[in-house]
Amino acid sequence: MRGRRAWVALERTLAGGVLVVAVLCPLIFSTYFTSAVGLVVLWMGLVAASVTFLAGYGGMVSLAQTALFGVAGFVLAKLSVEQSWNAWLAALAAVGVAVGVGLFFGAIASSSEGIYFLMITLAFAVLTYYYFAGVPTFGAHEGINGVKPPHLLGDPVLHPTRIYYGSLVCCVLVYLAVRYVRGTAFGLTLQGVRDDPVRMRALGYNVRAHRTLGFAAGALIAAMAGILSTWSNTRISPGSIDLTRTIDVLAVAVIGGLYRLEGAWVGAFVFVMLDTYARGISDRFETYIGLIFLTIMVVSPDGVMGLWRTVSRRIRGLRAAAPESLATPTEERA
Amino acid sequence: MRLPVVPAHVRRLAGPVVGFGVLAFVLAWVAYKAFGGGFGSQGSLPTFLIVLLNGLSLAGLYFIIASGFTLIFGLMRVVNMAHGSLYLLGGYIAWSLTAHHGFGFWPALVTATLVGGCVGLLMHQLLLRWNLGQDLRQALITIAVSIILADQMLVHFGGIAETISPPGGLAQSVQLHVYGLQYPAFRLFVLGAAVVLAIALWAGIRHTEFGVLVRAGVDDRWMSSAVGTNVQLVFGVTFFIGSALAALGGVFGGTMLSLAPGQDSTFLLSSLVVVIIGGLGSLVGAALGSLLLGLVEQLSTIYLPSGYTNYSIVLTFALLIVVLAVRPAGFFGGVR
Repeated sequence: MRGRRAWVALERTLAGGVLVVAVLCPLIFSTYFTSAVGLVVLWMGLVAASVTFLAGYGGMVSLAQTALFGVAGFVLAKLSVEQSWNAWLAALAAVGVAVGVGLFFGAIASSSEGIYFLMITLAFAVLTYYYFAGVPTFGAHEGINGVKPPHLLGDPVLHPTRIYYGSLVCCVLVYLAVRYVRGTAFGLTLQGVRDDPVRMRALGYNVRAHRTLGFAAGALIAAMAGILSTWSNTRISPGSIDLTRTIDVLAVAVIGGLYRLEGAWVGAFVFVMLDTYARGISDRFETYIGLIFLTIMVVSPDGVMGLWRTVSRRIRGLRAAAPESLATPTEERA
Repeated sequence: MRLPVVPAHVRRLAGPVVGFGVLAFVLAWVAYKAFGGGFGSQGSLPTFLIVLLNGLSLAGLYFIIASGFTLIFGLMRVVNMAHGSLYLLGGYIAWSLTAHHGFGFWPALVTATLVGGCVGLLMHQLLLRWNLGQDLRQALITIAVSIILADQMLVHFGGIAETISPPGGLAQSVQLHVYGLQYPAFRLFVLGAAVVLAIALWAGIRHTEFGVLVRAGVDDRWMSSAVGTNVQLVFGVTFFIGSALAALGGVFGGTMLSLAPGQDSTFLLSSLVVVIIGGLGSLVGAALGSLLLGLVEQLSTIYLPSGYTNYSIVLTFALLIVVLAVRPAGFFGGVR
């Protein structure tokens, strides 16, 4: 019992420490580190968090999150650069459009589960990429350049501090909101749908509608990430939502662990550090990411957070049944 | 939270009504565009014939690739996300053998197909054999393999688009004897090969002992294992054949079209769309899905109103949505 309390205290201290470092990041580290690592970890973690949210609470492993991220980014860029809308209004409209598209995607994909869901959302992702790469309205292969964030967030290229804090606030809000939703009637129903859709249907719940709404909520998170990314890079192009990117985001979520929301940012941190510092050592960055991804899927399908949980259970001497994970065969679940 | 439930009869009818409505409109539009100008050689019929043949030969290529995908899925419930990578690998191997190592087209084709099959078999034995039934984990493992393969192929074969030169007898165009039209012989060959393959696969699964084992495995792999079948052997052989078909498709595709990084995702997408439309695990479904996808892609490039030809990808998407609205499990898909 004492060991357990000490462990919880250690976990809290660690989480608090990470948050403090995240808050102080622009002050302790260089501007380069803040914009090349800190900022990217935040928005990439946010897209991955939308994957984790859908996988963890809705049982839907989605590959369409990068596409929705792109929808928000492209609409924002289009409205604020070519139609010269106010940055906040454009962002609001972009999030609205992305959530609308998310509802549409979700409504189509909600009839399927597991790998079928994965395949249908992959088809959405690739088709969205081809749409933006082919349609001249959104700048085709070039994308749209020169997107300016609102004055409040300052100049993202020269002084990334303000947009960094803006992104951090968004991430913390999303994290708290997801934690809150988990306990609401909607969140509980969604988890029920994840665990046993047949029983939920028999109890009179509309399974498809809940999946669709859950997917739209995931789209909202991905859209926020799309806005933050477009503002901090001042541009968006189809290259940022192609299949490699889509799979990178999945890799980030998997590396962190698909069943803990915090894992998304842990995965993003591992990914961005490798991306930034391993490229200097070797050109074969994608191969390394693939190998890490493969190792994690083979050794610990619940990612870094899953390893942490295993260790903490071992130390706390718990042998309670592990929650549902990728390692559970579908046939046993059914 | 309880949400309103749509009445059952509305749900049942809405899909088919939308689906058949769209189908009727599309057929009428294509017929108007193709035959509206009369049947003479001045009309739009010659163009229509060429586009139709393009669509059919593309459908043949799609079928060769997607049949491997659906075969593996049908038996093992493994969604092989590295299928597109095996396509590209097969194509690149044949290209480097013919262009740099002095191989003829046919020996290169056989080698590439066998190597593709072996890579697939290796992947199955090392990474997928021990986690049978964990379908999502297996799909993610094959995604990881596809990341590694894509990057390594970029290193070894470069980023420039390459084309395999067709064998001597099939390099020219043939006379079609209608309207004085000519058509590339190799594309017709691919179409023929797809038809032969479809018949061979159908006959193999219906009438050979191995086919009986495969069908038994599809129906109930545990029971079939319990009555003494070496299920792992059947799985291994199927994975070999499925991957070899992807590589064979790569050789055909590399000759008919071209090979470049990124085509792994293109052909993974087309395989996905084909099997989602046709129903996972069904060969007949794969044939129908390939036909629909090939025709929609090719016809949309010329029959969309001018100025909208960039939107042909949206039509592929629409096809997927309409089919899923009418038949959520695809045309020949079982219950999920």
